[in-house]
Amino acid sequence: MTVGDAARELRFVLNGAPQRLESVAPTMTLQEYLRDVKGLTGCKEGCAEGDCGACTVAVGALRKDGGPEAGIVWRPMNACILFLPMLHGKAVVTVEGLRTEGGALHPAQSAMVATHGSQCGFCTPGIVMSLYVARHEDRHAAQDGRDGVSRAEIGDILAGNLCRCTGYGPIYEAAERMFSTPLPEGDLSARAGDAKAVAAMADERPLYLASAEGVWSAPTRFTDAAAFAKDNPDATVVAGATDVGLWVTKQLQPMDKILYLGRLSDAGAVEATPEGGLRLGAAATYADAEAAIADRWPDFGELLRRLGSRQVRSAGTIGGNIANGSPIGDTPPALIALGATLVLRHGEAQRRLPLEEFFLDYGKQDRRPGELVEAIEIPAGGDLLRCYKLSKRFDQDISAVCGCFNLTLEAGMVTGARIGFGGMAATPKRAAAVEQALIGQPWTEATVTAALAAFAEDFAPISDMRASADYRLLSARNLLRKYFIETTQPQTHTRLAAASPLEALDA
Amino acid sequence: MRDEPTPPPIETATVHHDARHDSAPRHVSGAALYVDDLPTPPNALHLALGLSEVAHAKLLDLNLDAVRSAPGVLAVLSAADIPGVNDVSPVKGDDPMFAETEILHHGQCLFAVAAENRRAARAAARLGVARVEERPAVLTIEEAIQAGALLEPPYVMARGDAAAAIAAAPHQLSGRVEIGGQEHLYLEGQAALALPGEGDEIKVICSTQHPTEIQHKVASVLGVPYHSVIIEVRRMGGAFGGKESQGNLAACAAALAAVRTGRPAKLVYDRDDDMRVTGKRHDFRIDYRVGFDERGVIQGIEVDQAVRCGMSWDLSEPICDRAMFHADNAYHLPAAKITSYRCRTHTASNTAFRGFGGPQGMVGIERVIDEIAFALGEDPLTIRRRNFYPAAAAVAANPAEPRRLTQYGMAVEDFCLGEIVDELAESAEYAARRAEIATWNAANPVIKRGIALTPVKFGISFTKSFLNQAGALVHVYTDGSVQLNHGGTEMGQGLFTKVAQVVAEEFGVALNAVKITATDTSKVPNTSATAASSGADLNGMAAQLAAREIKDRISAHLAAEHQTTPDQVSFANGQVRVGHNEVSFAEAAQSAYFARVSLSATGYYATPKISWDKATASGRPFFYFAYGAAVTEAAIDTLTGENRLLRVDILHDCGRSLNPALDLGQIEGGYVQGAGWLTMEELVWDDAGRLRTHAPSTYKIPCASDRPEMNIKLWERGENREETIYRSKAVGEPPLMLGISALMALSDAVASVGDSRRYPNLDAPATPERVLMAVERMRAAG
Repeated sequence: MTVGDAARELRFVLNGAPQRLESVAPTMTLQEYLRDVKGLTGCKEGCAEGDCGACTVAVGALRKDGGPEAGIVWRPMNACILFLPMLHGKAVVTVEGLRTEGGALHPAQSAMVATHGSQCGFCTPGIVMSLYVARHEDRHAAQDGRDGVSRAEIGDILAGNLCRCTGYGPIYEAAERMFSTPLPEGDLSARAGDAKAVAAMADERPLYLASAEGVWSAPTRFTDAAAFAKDNPDATVVAGATDVGLWVTKQLQPMDKILYLGRLSDAGAVEATPEGGLRLGAAATYADAEAAIADRWPDFGELLRRLGSRQVRSAGTIGGNIANGSPIGDTPPALIALGATLVLRHGEAQRRLPLEEFFLDYGKQDRRPGELVEAIEIPAGGDLLRCYKLSKRFDQDISAVCGCFNLTLEAGMVTGARIGFGGMAATPKRAAAVEQALIGQPWTEATVTAALAAFAEDFAPISDMRASADYRLLSARNLLRKYFIETTQPQTHTRLAAASPLEALDA
Repeated sequence: MRDEPTPPPIETATVHHDARHDSAPRHVSGAALYVDDLPTPPNALHLALGLSEVAHAKLLDLNLDAVRSAPGVLAVLSAADIPGVNDVSPVKGDDPMFAETEILHHGQCLFAVAAENRRAARAAARLGVARVEERPAVLTIEEAIQAGALLEPPYVMARGDAAAAIAAAPHQLSGRVEIGGQEHLYLEGQAALALPGEGDEIKVICSTQHPTEIQHKVASVLGVPYHSVIIEVRRMGGAFGGKESQGNLAACAAALAAVRTGRPAKLVYDRDDDMRVTGKRHDFRIDYRVGFDERGVIQGIEVDQAVRCGMSWDLSEPICDRAMFHADNAYHLPAAKITSYRCRTHTASNTAFRGFGGPQGMVGIERVIDEIAFALGEDPLTIRRRNFYPAAAAVAANPAEPRRLTQYGMAVEDFCLGEIVDELAESAEYAARRAEIATWNAANPVIKRGIALTPVKFGISFTKSFLNQAGALVHVYTDGSVQLNHGGTEMGQGLFTKVAQVVAEEFGVALNAVKITATDTSKVPNTSATAASSGADLNGMAAQLAAREIKDRISAHLAAEHQTTPDQVSFANGQVRVGHNEVSFAEAAQSAYFARVSLSATGYYATPKISWDKATASGRPFFYFAYGAAVTEAAIDTLTGENRLLRVDILHDCGRSLNPALDLGQIEGGYVQGAGWLTMEELVWDDAGRLRTHAPSTYKIPCASDRPEMNIKLWERGENREETIYRSKAVGEPPLMLGISALMALSDAVASVGDSRRYPNLDAPATPERVLMAVERMRAAG
């Protein structure tokens, strides 16, 4: 990329109106822009870290490979940790933008009024926006009020919107009511105007913004990103900002040079490999990858669903979850168990390594300055993959322990074992000693019992606010026992984390 | 820019009807304004607080040079800048606004910085350098007891000779339960906007349950009379007790900055600062020794409640008192000695939280009942029933019934839990489900289920009796529209809607003829906090009296005009009927105006019958009791300790509900908040006294997908025996304690592991870790 080719003006559509900004601080958040610049105070700040959802807005992008007629795909996102330049070429709808020209409330709003779904009202705009986006998802929009929607789905729609007043019952009712209400005639929510406005400002060029506060570089091709990163090893790399956003809003880190990967046209793909595996581009969001992963590895799919709310999954990327090297990132244990390969790129140079070798020590990864994660390749297989995420709350919580098991069994013998754990060490880590204790043994309770001791060879966990060291070690061992039960006694109930536990238990 | 939503159709529903929350259409449109949403004058300053990084130290020097020279900074405020008194405490004068010589908790406020924008203020606030001489910190209840660090000598509430009764009883047991604290996590953090006026006048718009106290504290910090300070509150984005006293610092800091600079000043806490600075629900350690007979009926009990109050009093005295008042919950204690240890620790000063000590007191006695049942091999519900206070009818039949008296000497004359529990046990199919769960547990090695029914009896009134007063101000205009103001505050509970319903009912007009206005200390003075579930009871009565005063004047005027008597005048359906004539309410108002009759009145209400003598620990602190019961079914994973609530059935007494829809909202929200406190919500401090769970990323409150199946009903036969507003009952706090059934259901599930005789002793919060460790103990003993 040469800077000369780049667009120098940030453009996006806000509640139908085009916005053009030449000078933007790279870390100004969408929430700051909405509240402080535009006076749109329906976007509330409850935590400024993407956990409460009070700032939820709809962010739309033109459907890939379609013109403006194909319309926009909307996703819910937390405005508090979205940097404004991330919205280049996108459309944003806030709660103020929902009402029709006649002033009528959108069904997401009127249902909340009718069911007494608001008490203090502070979380309400965010809840309305989560419901609104769900209502306009293709499958629900197409049914237009004729489809049922399960409690489990509503639970997932709302898991990223904390409400401290209601207990959520009236909000479930509001959701059910909204889904069974046809969208009003001439509803702005079809938002054909937004699609046209976004299409009119479509610009295939990279975006380069420079202001007194710093530089924002958003190339559109991965080779350009790799070149920029190599030349600017001091740049902060941002994909979904679900982590980097907090460096700004919580740690108040100065950040004057940002390389943004979210505009790359060639690094967000989720593709089946010829060998039957899956290749995830570095910029693929959880939302992009969810279906393909859940289809191949249902437990990994459920792990993705639980690791963050829809708002977080709409913005965050698996590449980012790996690159930031957190010991409690939830995708590395599953990917390690599946034998994933990490593809790294430094300028023109590409290298590949088994994912577990990427994590060297706490906060230290095998990533050279200026090197980028390019892709993650997951091989075929993993039929016996099981993923366990232990946390104080089932949804949208950071794991105390995340254990992922993937054994290969032949004629009752363990012929292969890959076990990945998070929360048990300074990095996501493979349970090598446990694996060795299992391989070559018959898959029996005695083998499991004998292997339990090996956990202490692999792990010396710490105590922190999520769990004690004792709990971590004990529960990790018990997860192996649970895995044994699940793979040998499938009729035994072993899960509470299911979306509809009562039905599951009654079954 | 902010267009208002289309007005809803005229709402004629008044009392006992499901009127929707008055702000609901604004809530869903983003048009309901909170402090941080108000249009801020362009020259406004934005504040941030500089906080202590140690728990206990002598403050030798505070170097703020780097703060002053940081970009965008306009003023830095510390103790030396306070013209009045350096204190923001609610009662006892022991909460410095800015630490001066001594640091008493990690996260204590040392100074404030005012800057051009919030980011600049927050960045600068981290540049203060405190030179300190660290001292050993007392952090936990255990450490405080060991060190004798108490706010006052142990306080005792006793009845009979408990020790002798325990010794004489056929059975004894003793134990300990530890109960964690709770963060309020109101979605809107503490916030205040100060607008300087002429001379010494200042107005502060803030998010508080107690505008009058903020008025007093701002005046005291600034050194001006109360009359120079106006506090206004339209609504709060949640409070739950966390804005009873904890808003004082934010309001005073904003006011001080405004006065020092002559510019408007706003302070909105960042969530992490909010959680570090403000107090929480008190954590408790309760030790009990109980004697009981073969049927499990308690003969005598001794309860020691050790309470972590934090670095100062705040509201800990009445909170600890209320824990003692509820050490009986629904059960008669013939001989009891309750001892309260008010521990002083180097942590944030703990404060009011929905239930105000009552919930912890109740967990103690529910644990005792559960353990008695376990010891006798009985269903805990059987033991609960056997220990109930006598029914209201039995007391009416025999006013000297000895079992009517509480451990503080108040007669329980309205007890209806026998009926409520019978109805609930039947509708929830308690017995059948208990049997079915036993079958399930026998067949399932990993997932175990449990069930529990627990009752709630909660005393209604501020236990500081003088607080039980309220005022209201009602204006009728000549177009027949009504403006209502009272001392209560709106935090989401629907108080404004309920009081407007009362006024609309009195005048016989549509609900939307009554305009609800922001709480304002210049309209209704000398108010009590909106707390203790008292909002509708007190302010509803005051507003009713104000409306009646105006009605009486209009009636007298119309009666004279029509040559009849005032009792021939009635108000209904927007009309005023005088004998056989009928005029619209507006016409009646106009007529009164032209006859020079005042259409504005104040109303004042003071709760009757109550008294409390702290010295003898006896009296009638409560006007009446609110009742309810819940059945919770829960499941645990015995390999990981993960747990989930499956189904909840609730029957709750709201008397004759003022607004059933709003009351159901309070009940469900209260239950979920109570269950969250006892299950997943865990506060963790490290050894240095630093709170490690200071944001929703680390402190987990229940989310939508945690919601169990819930069946909630108001008790249809409920009617307040006392003369409350339309015979309704308070509903703000009591339902929170229904959540205790969640802890007991989890305990029941743990108990099913093996057939050990060892009681699970499951402490709260019942996180996966506590559940798994309890399972391990059961297995080890089995």
